[in-house]
Amino acid sequence: MPTSDIILLEEDFRVIRDLIQKLRNDANARVVCLVDRNGQQIACVGEAEALDTTALASLAAGNVAATDSLARLIGEKDFSTLYHEGEKDNLHLSIVGGKVILVVIFDERSSLGLVRLRVKKHAGELAAALEKMQQRSVQARSGKAGTSPFTDITDEDIDSLFGK
Amino acid sequence: MTFINYAAREINCKIVYYGPGLGGKTTNLKWIFGKSNPASRGKLISLATETDRTLFFDFLPLDLGTIRGFKTRFHLYTVPGQVFYDASRKLILKGVDGVVFVADSQAARMEANQESLKNLQSNLKDQGYNLMKIPYVLQLNKRDTASAMALEEMKRQLLIKNEPVFEAVAHSGTGVFDTLKAIARMVLVELRKTA
Ligand SMILES: Nc1nc2c(ncn2[C@@H]2O[C@H](COP(=O)(O)OP(=O)(O)OP(=O)(O)O)[C@@H](O)[C@H]2O)c(=O)[nH]1
Ligand SMILES: [Mg+2]
Repeated sequence: MPTSDIILLEEDFRVIRDLIQKLRNDANARVVCLVDRNGQQIACVGEAEALDTTALASLAAGNVAATDSLARLIGEKDFSTLYHEGEKDNLHLSIVGGKVILVVIFDERSSLGLVRLRVKKHAGELAAALEKMQQRSVQARSGKAGTSPFTDITDEDIDSLFGK
Repeated sequence: MTFINYAAREINCKIVYYGPGLGGKTTNLKWIFGKSNPASRGKLISLATETDRTLFFDFLPLDLGTIRGFKTRFHLYTVPGQVFYDASRKLILKGVDGVVFVADSQAARMEANQESLKNLQSNLKDQGYNLMKIPYVLQLNKRDTASAMALEEMKRQLLIKNEPVFEAVAHSGTGVFDTLKAIARMVLVELRKTA
């Protein structure tokens, strides 16, 4: 398989969630989410209850994928950040550690300048945490770390899903 | 690319519906959306043109139930089938775990089926996948149409590796869930192999 599977362990999740929570506070943002480039949501904090974060993740990844292709089309490597301005809410998308999309939603309590600054400030730490998650995924796949709960699923387990 | 999330105790897999324009990919997702329990599915997101042709993708997240305490969650995507949207199709294939090919049974569309199948093979290859190795199901849709080709003839022209084949009439639901179950099962079995 070309893209490696992601395995998110509880402890990595907590570290990542705490980091984006810190970013959210620092940036005065409404919502901060981490999404992998294929559209899977890794973590979300903030006023996210009323938000369909699954859809957000898929659309953010689609958006980044499309603009990346546009960048390459005009001879750029990529556009490292995307910004969409609304009447009340604004959306800031950036890539951390080359692999993961950081989504920041903010309103008039913050500003683009502040969000940019804070994203930059926290990007390094976040990238490191994600790198660790990545390594763990590789280890898990080669059977060294906590093994997948799916190694020994049976045909019956799968059948039970489909109510057979 | 499956995503095993121990924190949320869920596993996410990506299934892509591929095939020629107007073959019925979006119709499959609409049917699944309409017939699934609202508690187990998310919104159906369609990035479409004004004439309802898929422009970028459709997306439907769906929970199939729990295995060993893990929620099994499938992300269903469709690609835009129209030939000139190839760049978008490539993007949607990223991180795919299983593919459903929705073929149009109408005789006049056989060439389009074959072209789309070739396109799938080459786009997968560009992303580093091999169609011969990934979970794959063939759906022969529009079985209700007057010019639908004979089953055996379609198989002869479209089968690539003894994949499961389902006859379907997507707008009235025939074969839609059988197709979905088959691909979901294959993805889960694959997970056991690679886990
Ligand atoms: N007769 C018949 N019509 C169908 C069937 N399935 C879908 N359709 C119709 O075919 C048309 C195209 O279906 P879509 O699901 O939009 O096709 P698509 O594959 O998503 O097309 P693109 O988005 O352009 O790639 C719609 O008008 C559907 O109602 C079927 O089994 N039989
Ligand atoms: Mg469509």
